[in-house]
Amino acid sequence: MSEEIVLSVDRLAMHFGGIKALNDVSLNIKRNSISALIGPNGAGKTTVFNCLTGFYSATGGTIKLNARGKSTDVVKVLGEPFELGDFISPPKLLSRIYYKMFGGTHLVNRAGLARTFQNIRLFKEMSVVENLLVAQHMWINRNMLAGVFNTRAFRKAESQALDHAFYWLEVVDLVDCANRLAGELSYGQQRRLEIARAMCTRPQIICLDEPAAGLNPQETEALSRIIRLLRDEHDLTVLLIEHDMGMVMSISDHIVVLDHGLVIAQGGPEAIRSDPKVIAAYLGAEEEELV
Amino acid sequence: MSSAIANNPMDIKKSLVDAVLAGLISLIVFGPIVGVVLDGYQYNLEIDRVAMIVGVVMLGRFALSLFLQTAKGMAMLASFESSDSGVHVLAPDYKSRLRWIIPMLIVIAMIFPIFASKYLLTVVILGLIYVLLGLGLNIVVGLAGLLDLGYVAFYAIGAYGLALGYEYLGLGFWTVLPLAALAAAMAGALLGFPVLRMHGDYLAIVTLGFGEIIRLVLNNWLEFTGGPNGMSVPSPSFMGLEFTRRAKDGGVPFHEFFGFSYNPSMKFIFIYLVLFLVVMLVLYIKHRLTRMPVGRAWEALREDEIACRAMGLNHVLVKLSAFMIGASTAGLAGVFFASYQGFVNPASFTFFESALILAIVVLGGMGSTVGVVLAAFMLTVAPELLRTFAEYRVLLFGILMVLMMIWRPRGLIRVSRSGVVPRKGVAP
Amino acid sequence: MDGIFLQQTINGLTLGAVYGLIAIGYTMVYGIIGMINFAHGEVYMISAYLSAITLAILASFGLESFPLLILGTLLFTIAITGVYGWVIERVAYKPLRNSTRLAPLISAIGMSLVLQNYVQISQGARQQGVPTLLEGAFKLHIGEGFVQLTYTKVFILIAAFVGMALLTYVIQYTKLGRMCRATQQDRKMASILGINTDRVISYVFVIGAAMAALAGVLITMNYGTFDFYAGFIIGIKAFTAAVLGGIGSLPGAMLGGLILGVAESQFSSMVNTDYKDVFSFSLLVLILIFRPQGLLGRPHVAKV
Repeated sequence: MSEEIVLSVDRLAMHFGGIKALNDVSLNIKRNSISALIGPNGAGKTTVFNCLTGFYSATGGTIKLNARGKSTDVVKVLGEPFELGDFISPPKLLSRIYYKMFGGTHLVNRAGLARTFQNIRLFKEMSVVENLLVAQHMWINRNMLAGVFNTRAFRKAESQALDHAFYWLEVVDLVDCANRLAGELSYGQQRRLEIARAMCTRPQIICLDEPAAGLNPQETEALSRIIRLLRDEHDLTVLLIEHDMGMVMSISDHIVVLDHGLVIAQGGPEAIRSDPKVIAAYLGAEEEELV
Repeated sequence: MSSAIANNPMDIKKSLVDAVLAGLISLIVFGPIVGVVLDGYQYNLEIDRVAMIVGVVMLGRFALSLFLQTAKGMAMLASFESSDSGVHVLAPDYKSRLRWIIPMLIVIAMIFPIFASKYLLTVVILGLIYVLLGLGLNIVVGLAGLLDLGYVAFYAIGAYGLALGYEYLGLGFWTVLPLAALAAAMAGALLGFPVLRMHGDYLAIVTLGFGEIIRLVLNNWLEFTGGPNGMSVPSPSFMGLEFTRRAKDGGVPFHEFFGFSYNPSMKFIFIYLVLFLVVMLVLYIKHRLTRMPVGRAWEALREDEIACRAMGLNHVLVKLSAFMIGASTAGLAGVFFASYQGFVNPASFTFFESALILAIVVLGGMGSTVGVVLAAFMLTVAPELLRTFAEYRVLLFGILMVLMMIWRPRGLIRVSRSGVVPRKGVAP
Repeated sequence: MDGIFLQQTINGLTLGAVYGLIAIGYTMVYGIIGMINFAHGEVYMISAYLSAITLAILASFGLESFPLLILGTLLFTIAITGVYGWVIERVAYKPLRNSTRLAPLISAIGMSLVLQNYVQISQGARQQGVPTLLEGAFKLHIGEGFVQLTYTKVFILIAAFVGMALLTYVIQYTKLGRMCRATQQDRKMASILGINTDRVISYVFVIGAAMAALAGVLITMNYGTFDFYAGFIIGIKAFTAAVLGGIGSLPGAMLGGLILGVAESQFSSMVNTDYKDVFSFSLLVLILIFRPQGLLGRPHVAKV
């Protein structure tokens, strides 16, 4: 895998019982780009997201995340079921047991991938700053004794975490709300706080699940600015699901169109705009017309 | 809106209907169980008891129904339906009044044993033991949102740890104290690790089962634990000096060493002082924990587990840490309980005990540690003083738990959160 | 196969049938509101008292025919216990429908303490009992020993089977059953379609309590004795049965009950009677670790 590609998905399949949500999804996300995943309702966009971010463990296919200087197999770190071959080679068995015990979604985040949620999931009864501090869990001093005795090193680490938190609050324009409860914020503010919180985990790729849903045009404009800033100034790769075509077309470098669990088209905004298959998927054309 | 309500005449008829309905249901529900008391294969009728209960229910329902029609009642009803949690963030420069109260309390607590009678001292020790238990469970239930119904098992591990450690290994109070905390934490880890990755409710039932397993083993393993008769526990000693009138094996007892006359409540004074220190220590640690990464992670996990996993938190290990710290606190409390009582038996570690500790957390947890401390004393010391109500104790705990959940379901959440001074951000 | 093994299997099946009936209450409530009803064991305990009370009253009127006695006891116990189920839901669950996840659990535990203590206060802490209603047994000679199948056990198996069949009919083929299943699938959608979901939830509690009442009458017939604490252990075991069969699945509850009953009987005859409860609890933990979805349940997919 080349350094160019930060996330590569190959032949991803996801079945829920008899329902095939994803059949065969392959896509590559370039480093330092903004990519969008679009498609009609029920196309499987959120399922792809949940597989990428480690919330579903895929039925088939591979997901390779190439961030923080190493390559991570997303399917493996979630803990796969045992196979016959495991019982012949002890190292393989041990690694599988390890991931079964300690693996999970959190390892995907630690590998450098952060996400937001379609239905906002903030820690509603904690303050805005605390939300951002929780997200920096892996970056601060977690030594129990240091914390209990409130040592100098502990205070310094906490202070740095606060600096970092306030930096992102400035970016998303929420400094005034720092000491409010997350649940009290307006809808648009909550969406922005969720992005700030995801950024506090210091990822290299961020997946935004319908970030503009429910926002008014000004807020959407502000959001687009933030997303571009993430790419341009923080060397980040952004992958988003979005229904607001105006926004998708204006900010994306690369667009992947999904329908019925299959990738039906991918390419730049111009190419996608004129792709007959995409138009058909959205307008619900008959199958024959496509051919 | 409120004026419109005030103008409405009271609908007394509706209240009467409500009352009659409630009376009817309570007659059906209470009638057979309260009214017909089994006596062998025969029965005795106790109609007057039924009449009394039904009467009380009807009157209560009538009064409630009338009250809810007043403006005040409506307002109260509305406050139930709104999801306002009452949590607020304190101003960054907020100073708690507690910083005056705490040193004062410490001074009072230090001079208290000088004046206290032996009986009062034992009551207070029991209260402090429950403070310890309440604090530990508050970490598990209140902060991490994990319902642990077998908390008493860890308490039993501490208590039996001392008894068994003395019996088989000759360990004393001071050796067992840290070991018991460790053993309880290990037991918590063994139980918690497989179960904590599952849906939260399962934890409740598994811990319930675990509590019962421990009790059954203690009860049935006659050769090892003495079964229902229990085991005796040694008195604690201080630097090898004993608190008895005469020391064993020709040693020097505490009072002779320091040259004052023997005082039978000395053992309790000693337990009281050590226990008080431990409680203060645990209080301080808990205070720190809520301001530490792990404490924040617990609360975040209680709020939204899925979001936590997306933030890179290993939800199993974070929950496990809360579970283990809670368990080890119970282990400590167990050691104190055993040395305070002088013997241990399985009857002290029934489900009722777990329920009592949960009731302390529920009643006191109105957000703060202070609440737990007050509740622990209220629920343990008050019944001690009002012996006549002992029979109704569990009933009251139950009613208290239901009412608290209806009245203040979020009572378990810390209500005041500390604020921070806004500062200039620094880019990564 | 020796006699003891067969005998224990028979004992286990009767015990398991009763566990299964109680497990239905857990499984249905869990299916519909996604919560463990901690007061369910107490519902069973109440029904045991109610059945003894009814028997005592009926006997004092000089009633001696077994069919009439058992019919009267069943009807009365099931009716009153059903009301208990309704009241429990109304008091401990309904006000907390939109509350935090922990609140209904705690209030249910409170409820269970209230019920235990209230029965203890009104009926006394001593053990209670009922006289044997059905004398006699089938005897089967196998090799050296013989296997005894009492009429009581036969009756229990038949009654439990009939109870299950009735419930399955209600859930599968009646309007009430359809409403229950719809609410279980998607409560919000069901209420949009005009189903009074609050009422359906109440019905589910009543049905669960009724099944527990049937179990209460049957167990009381078999063992003869019970006390105010009886609901605790049986409650956990019935829950184990529900988890073993796959929580949310009705046939699973019955299957889980039977398996648990037989396993427990065999364990107590082959290994140790004192630790049979420990065995059941350990089984619960093991199932939760290795097959949390149970035998007939579907794996849980978290909604993100």
